[in-house]
Amino acid sequence: MKNKTSFLPQEGEAHPSRCPDNTAFKQQKLPAWKPQLTIASVLSSFFLIGAFCLAVGVCLILSANSVREIQIDYSDKCSDCSKLRENSSNWSKECHCSVNFTLKEDVLDDVFMYYGLQNFYQNHRRYVISRSDAQLLGRNVNIQKSYCAPFATYRNGTPMAPCGAIANSMFNDTIDLFYNLKSYAIQVPLLETGNSWWTDKNVKFRNPNSYNLSSAFAGTARPPYWQKPVYMLDKEDERNNGYLNDDFIIWMRVSAFATFRNLYRRVKRVGRFADGLPAGNYTFRISYNFPVTKFKGRKHVILSTVVWSGGSNPFLGIAYVVSGTAATLTGFVIAAIHLKLRKKKTYFQK
Amino acid sequence: MADPIRWARYRWQRLISAGGEGSSNSSNKCYQSPKTIGKHRIVIPCLGHFKEEYEKVSKLYMNNKIRTTKYTLLNFLPRNLFEQFHRVANLYFLFLVILNWVPLVEAFQKEIAMLPLVVVLIIIAVKDGLEDYSKYKMDKQINNLLTKVYSRKEKKYIDECWKNVSVGDFIRLSRNEIIPADMVLLYSSDLDGICYIETASLDGETNLKQRQVVRGYSEQVSEIDPEKFSSRIECESPNNNLSCFRGFVEHSNKERVGLSKENLLLRGCTVRNTEAVVGIVVYAGHETKAMLNNSGPHYKRSKLERRVNTDILWCVLLLILMCLTGAIGHGIWLSRYSEIPFFNILEPDGKSIPPALAGFNMFWTMIILLQVLIPISLYVSIEIVKLGQIYLIQNDIDFYHEKTDSTIQCRALNIAEDLGQIQYIFSDKTGTLTENKMVFRRCSIAGQEYCHEENAKRLESYQEMDLKDEDSADCQDGSSIHMSEWQRHNCRTVNEPLNRKSLNQLSDSYPALGREDGAGDVPHSGHVAFSSPIETDVVPDTELLEKFSQISSHFYQQSEDSSELALETMYITEFFLALSVCNTVVVSGPSQPHQKMRLSSLGGVPIKSLEEIRQMFQRLSIRRLSSSPLPSVKDSSSESPNSFVSKLSVFRSKLVSPALDGAAQRAAEPPNTDSPENSQVPQELDMVNVAAGCEYNTAVSSVEWSQLPKLCYEAESPDEAALVHAAKAYKCILQSRTPDQVTVNFAGLGSLTFQLLHILPFDSVRKRMSVVVRHPVSNKVVVYTKGADSVIMDLLRTASEVATNNSEMEQKKIKERTQKHLDNYARRGLRTLCIAKKVMSDAEYAEWLNNHFLAETSIDHREELLLESAIRLESELTLLGATGIEDRLQEGVPDTIQALRKAGIKIWMLTGDKRETAVNIAYACKLLEPDDRIFTLKSQSRDACALGMRKILESFQKNTSSKKKFSHKRELVSASPSTQAPGFSAGLVIDGRTLEYVLHDSLQNIFLELTEKCRAVVCCRATPLQKSVLVQLVRNKLKAMTLAVGDGANDVSMIQVADAGVGISGQEGMQAVMASDFAISQFRHLRKLLLVHGHWCYTRLTNMVLYFFYKNVAYVNLLFWYQFFCGFSGTSMTDHWILILFNLLFTSVPPIIYGVLDKDVSAEVLMQLPQLYMTGNKSMAYLPSTFWITLLDAFYQSLICFFVPYFTYCGSDIDILSFGNPINTAALFIILFHLLIECKSVTWIHAVVIVGSILFYLLFTLAFGATWKTHNPPSNPYWIMEKHMIDPVFYLVCFLTTCVALLPRYLLRVLQGTLFPSPVLRAKQLDRLTPEEQRIAIKRWKDDCIVNCRVEFQATFGSSSSAVGAVSEEESIASVLPTSKTPFQACSTDGLVEDTVLLPDVQDQSRNTNDLNSEMTICLNPSKETTSDTCGSSNSRAEVSMCASKEDSSAVSLTKKV
Repeated sequence: MKNKTSFLPQEGEAHPSRCPDNTAFKQQKLPAWKPQLTIASVLSSFFLIGAFCLAVGVCLILSANSVREIQIDYSDKCSDCSKLRENSSNWSKECHCSVNFTLKEDVLDDVFMYYGLQNFYQNHRRYVISRSDAQLLGRNVNIQKSYCAPFATYRNGTPMAPCGAIANSMFNDTIDLFYNLKSYAIQVPLLETGNSWWTDKNVKFRNPNSYNLSSAFAGTARPPYWQKPVYMLDKEDERNNGYLNDDFIIWMRVSAFATFRNLYRRVKRVGRFADGLPAGNYTFRISYNFPVTKFKGRKHVILSTVVWSGGSNPFLGIAYVVSGTAATLTGFVIAAIHLKLRKKKTYFQK
Repeated sequence: MADPIRWARYRWQRLISAGGEGSSNSSNKCYQSPKTIGKHRIVIPCLGHFKEEYEKVSKLYMNNKIRTTKYTLLNFLPRNLFEQFHRVANLYFLFLVILNWVPLVEAFQKEIAMLPLVVVLIIIAVKDGLEDYSKYKMDKQINNLLTKVYSRKEKKYIDECWKNVSVGDFIRLSRNEIIPADMVLLYSSDLDGICYIETASLDGETNLKQRQVVRGYSEQVSEIDPEKFSSRIECESPNNNLSCFRGFVEHSNKERVGLSKENLLLRGCTVRNTEAVVGIVVYAGHETKAMLNNSGPHYKRSKLERRVNTDILWCVLLLILMCLTGAIGHGIWLSRYSEIPFFNILEPDGKSIPPALAGFNMFWTMIILLQVLIPISLYVSIEIVKLGQIYLIQNDIDFYHEKTDSTIQCRALNIAEDLGQIQYIFSDKTGTLTENKMVFRRCSIAGQEYCHEENAKRLESYQEMDLKDEDSADCQDGSSIHMSEWQRHNCRTVNEPLNRKSLNQLSDSYPALGREDGAGDVPHSGHVAFSSPIETDVVPDTELLEKFSQISSHFYQQSEDSSELALETMYITEFFLALSVCNTVVVSGPSQPHQKMRLSSLGGVPIKSLEEIRQMFQRLSIRRLSSSPLPSVKDSSSESPNSFVSKLSVFRSKLVSPALDGAAQRAAEPPNTDSPENSQVPQELDMVNVAAGCEYNTAVSSVEWSQLPKLCYEAESPDEAALVHAAKAYKCILQSRTPDQVTVNFAGLGSLTFQLLHILPFDSVRKRMSVVVRHPVSNKVVVYTKGADSVIMDLLRTASEVATNNSEMEQKKIKERTQKHLDNYARRGLRTLCIAKKVMSDAEYAEWLNNHFLAETSIDHREELLLESAIRLESELTLLGATGIEDRLQEGVPDTIQALRKAGIKIWMLTGDKRETAVNIAYACKLLEPDDRIFTLKSQSRDACALGMRKILESFQKNTSSKKKFSHKRELVSASPSTQAPGFSAGLVIDGRTLEYVLHDSLQNIFLELTEKCRAVVCCRATPLQKSVLVQLVRNKLKAMTLAVGDGANDVSMIQVADAGVGISGQEGMQAVMASDFAISQFRHLRKLLLVHGHWCYTRLTNMVLYFFYKNVAYVNLLFWYQFFCGFSGTSMTDHWILILFNLLFTSVPPIIYGVLDKDVSAEVLMQLPQLYMTGNKSMAYLPSTFWITLLDAFYQSLICFFVPYFTYCGSDIDILSFGNPINTAALFIILFHLLIECKSVTWIHAVVIVGSILFYLLFTLAFGATWKTHNPPSNPYWIMEKHMIDPVFYLVCFLTTCVALLPRYLLRVLQGTLFPSPVLRAKQLDRLTPEEQRIAIKRWKDDCIVNCRVEFQATFGSSSSAVGAVSEEESIASVLPTSKTPFQACSTDGLVEDTVLLPDVQDQSRNTNDLNSEMTICLNPSKETTSDTCGSSNSRAEVSMCASKEDSSAVSLTKKV
């Protein structure tokens, strides 16, 4: 019923022609850049990338080599303690052990102290989600509805603060570092705060509003594995207590791999340690609380400096060098093929 | 909102009726078994005493309100969701969402898991909603159209909306109004009770259809009064058969009158040329035939989609494998721990689940996590890409056909890429390859052939004209000039009938004529079908005209004088009478379209009785005698032959007083003057009659002359029009046609009015039509029949064994000779028709009529009865003669066919025409080449058929082996293995009956084996069903992609069956177009459609699909690799929102743009190098190996993308999301740059989209990171992106990852371009060149091909020369298969000439082969376009254009320009 205009000629003329528009888009004649794989562009791309990768790789390797790092596995050295911890009924008993090591040369620059865990699958799916960010923001939320279960409430309904498996399994060893002089040992001053991300400390984690912390957490209980409630994490510094405790914040940032390290302390650069750690004998005094034998895990303590490219991991530099070399070599191969085939007629590339 | 209820009721009714009647929608309803009367529909007017019954009956029927929408506002949501969840893809999504609600396996947050499903549902719902809304608006508009319905209250017709019309209403329509519902015609203002309707909206045919008032009502003079209507109508239940309507009207006195489709006005048609009509509605709304036929768009699944589906199954398998890995891994990981570690969370009840169960749960978790591996968004993307592709195809300006103002219509939206993979094309002949412009070429009357040489020349001149620009001059101007030209030629013909020289002049003057006519062609074609001057202007054959002019002298002596000549004259007369009478042509004037021409409206007095004529003759003959010795007139005309005026006057006088001069001549001359000299006599007489006849003729002549050029014929088929125009050329002019009478202005006799007793219309079963008239001269009942020769020849009066009777002997001779002529016509590619007649006595006729009436009124079995009745009438016929009508090739057909062939497509021609015609058209359109060997399969039984095919196959094998030997001996370079296995090309021609045997199960395989070896197959005499079965056979057995192209209703089934159906919107209406997936206006458009758009669509979609697979696998694998480091616990290192949105937002648009716009090779190069089509043809762009390579690449890239960051950050204090961020970012870059590498052309749109995607990703992650601090865990990417943006390591990781991941793909592309460039790559290279360089390069490319061809060609030559033995061998099996070494060849062949120009040494050989193969060379009316560009300097190439027809003794041998 629509196209019946053809009958009357005058109508047919008035009817707009069905001829499509002659535009570049509709006729598919848009100007196009056709990526050309000519020998010049191909070779230049390979050589350029190769050169760039090589340069970056060398830089990365050099910078990674400048990192000083000491890593000490104390899970065996504190075997007594670890045996003690295997039995969970002994959880309240204290256990200390010491680990000695020697720095052969001065470690200048900022020195960071990490604890490392091996085989601890912090990235397990249900572990990762077992937290309540809203609670950590200081809001009063019904954590029953969160993903915290089974570490949400006690049987009697008292909510855990903080809830969830991550918080519950928080690393609770304390590690102190002593610099052994000939006769006595000096405790190396360590910074407890400023180790976490600024945004975490200032935005993501908030304590509940109240005149003091203990009242803020009134009505809640500590997680089952904890020895002290959350508002007792740092008794000295109010700003490092409760949810705002740096150790806690760092622990809550779950690691990507089963073997990981978390920043524990930084060496405070004062006095003798103004330039870093001088060479000499040191002792880690560890209060051993965190059991790892259950999951065949290991614990480390690590002292390390940091450069712009991260830690001591040389992989990125090596990878850059390797791929740079590969790209360059490929460029040569292509050039060879080109030269060889150009003599033959069958070669098509211009 | 009564609608849903009504709808439900309607559905229910339909269900009931379908249950009761079997298939109520089946198209062969007419031939169904009888049904009880209760199933019929009873229509009663809602008036008077019928009221109660009306309430009871008519309310059951639907009213006229239509609703084509699927949804209403209320049911949109549930119904749309219901429909959407019918898709497997959506069900999969739903399954995932539900799975995610199970806490044990939950991997994502619930809302995130729902996101993909919701997005997909919304997109589709919006699309459906918009579509439906436009339908709703359309419906509303239609429902609210106004029409005049009789109102009982007001006792008059009042305006009503269409939707308020119901069954039983009386409706009054005026001219040009649209019919609102199917109704039975009860009154027409037309005196003859006729109503003209235009059915263009239904079937696209622009010519008018006649509809008749129900018998019994037509006699009423005044308009029917609905109040007095006291009959009931009973008819069949609603069905979708447009050409069938059965029923009867039962008057109050129980008298029944049959109803047929002639009485039915169909909804949607327009009333034309009739002032007012009244009808009663029998079907309304959705029950009308138009609505029942409106089945909406159809969906085909493309081959690529099927491929994609299998690959998706592979993906499913891969997914299951990965999930199993995860499940088992998790189980093992868990079982390593003797105690429950911290990080393994207990169930709420404090218990832990055993590792095996945990593994099982993990399986489902992994399915949710890795769901993206099944690229569900692919379906949505494919749909969008296809829409874009279709949009671009529809906007291609090259498909625009100016004459018809039509461009391509894509009716199927989802098979565009199939166009790039076509392997077989099944083409109809008439109207598809040819123009379906029927041109009268030759005729044979009473065994004497008239070959119309002048007419042939005229046609050639049109071809020349076609090349020139057609200035659009005024139509009226053109035709009047033409008219005078035409007169002049006629005059000259009359003047110097046998003067060859003048003949040449005649032909020379035609180009001019042609141009003028061409101007008139354009405006005409718009509104009058079949009326281009090519068809309408027929130049009479001199010899025939000469005989014809003597008709009058013998016409009335036939009873007494039965001499041979008189008999012949009688034949000629009857022949032309039959031509002009035996048809259903509607006569009208072009100035007022379809205005009926009525003699009664003319001023002149029609000559009614024979007696009058006789008296007139006698009167005139006396005058003639007195004026015969008037030489001055003759002298004056012969002395000034160039005087146009005098000729015009001569002509005019001849025209206006044909009856008179004929009579006069009869009186003046002795009857048997057949000598050429005498031919001048009639003209001489004309001059006399100018004076003599004027007093009688003034009135008639003025009227007739003014009317004559305005006569316009509208025929249902172009053949009919061609025949009427041919008759017109012999001045046997069809003047008017009413249902009761036909008036023919016969040159010798003036207006003859035949009383039209009956018409048996043409149908494809009988293959003939008949008209029963009362002959005005003999006053006898005469049956004129015209039809296919095969049918008519069987119906002829058979001569008794001892042919004692003279006339019977004569008949037999005529029959034989005519058959010979018919064969000859067919060989020339002409369409043949036989004309026959039969004289009946009144008594015989009355008896037949009685029987026929019975047949007509029966509702059940009617078709069979009518057929029987027709056979009774159409028997014992006397053959009058035969006609040959030419159907010219469409513009550019041979080029297109050659190009498609080079593209590796096999073309089959399926036609209903006879073998010779078909074969010749096949040669003309280069489907068969002159040096092809033609095998003809024509056998009488299945066994013979099998034997025949085996023999042919054997000869193939012999040939290939001999060729091999041959080539070894001659040490010919073994050419690249050609696609056709045999060294020579062969064509197969199959007859219709043989086709039936061949299609039998047992022979199908051998038949297909045979056809695979032939490069072209021609099936003649194929029925529509056979066509579709053939297509199905090839499609199913060979697993080939098929395309069927046709223009007529007989191609519909084949179009529907084929993978891609192409309809040509030509002259035969819209049925093929309606059934097709793509509708084009010209066959030649197929070339660009396939070679360019098909190629593009295919490569684009394939690349996009592959890219999608790659993208999803690469991305999902990142997650998978991470499982190895998180205890297979189903953690994702990327934030869930970003993970889900990565596919939905960040990387969804670029592949779509890539799929719509990517262009590997430009259109110009694709058009010129059809070989490039082969990539799609052989599915090269999407081989299984490509899929696996893509997957491998995806695996590699994901490995790099995961492990470079892994090793970089391994052992550090990185947290999960900070680790995921560089991976995710690098993945984005890799995926987008991978697209850039794969892109063949990058336009600004690509650039915008890719850069946009990257920016969008960065902005989104930054914004997300800045704001999303407390969302549910683990979605907590707070400040991560910000932190990374200032970390150099992040950039370094991303850069290295991207480079290393893309290196192999880049290297592959580089090496591919260098070491093994595919043809497409090489062609792509061509695009970069300047046009000039490009031209040279393409030429060089073609030369390469020709070098290959030459090698093949030499082999061919070798085989054909060495195969002389084989030829005789062939002869030996001739008993089974009359091998046709076709005796005809096209004059010029593209390939040959091209070859010879380039390779002079081959030329001789080719000519040799020509000689070898050809017994005779005939010019097959080569279309000028093709010859001109191939023959280049054809003037000097005498041997090319030399045409000689040895067979035709009467033919004039032409001197050719040198």
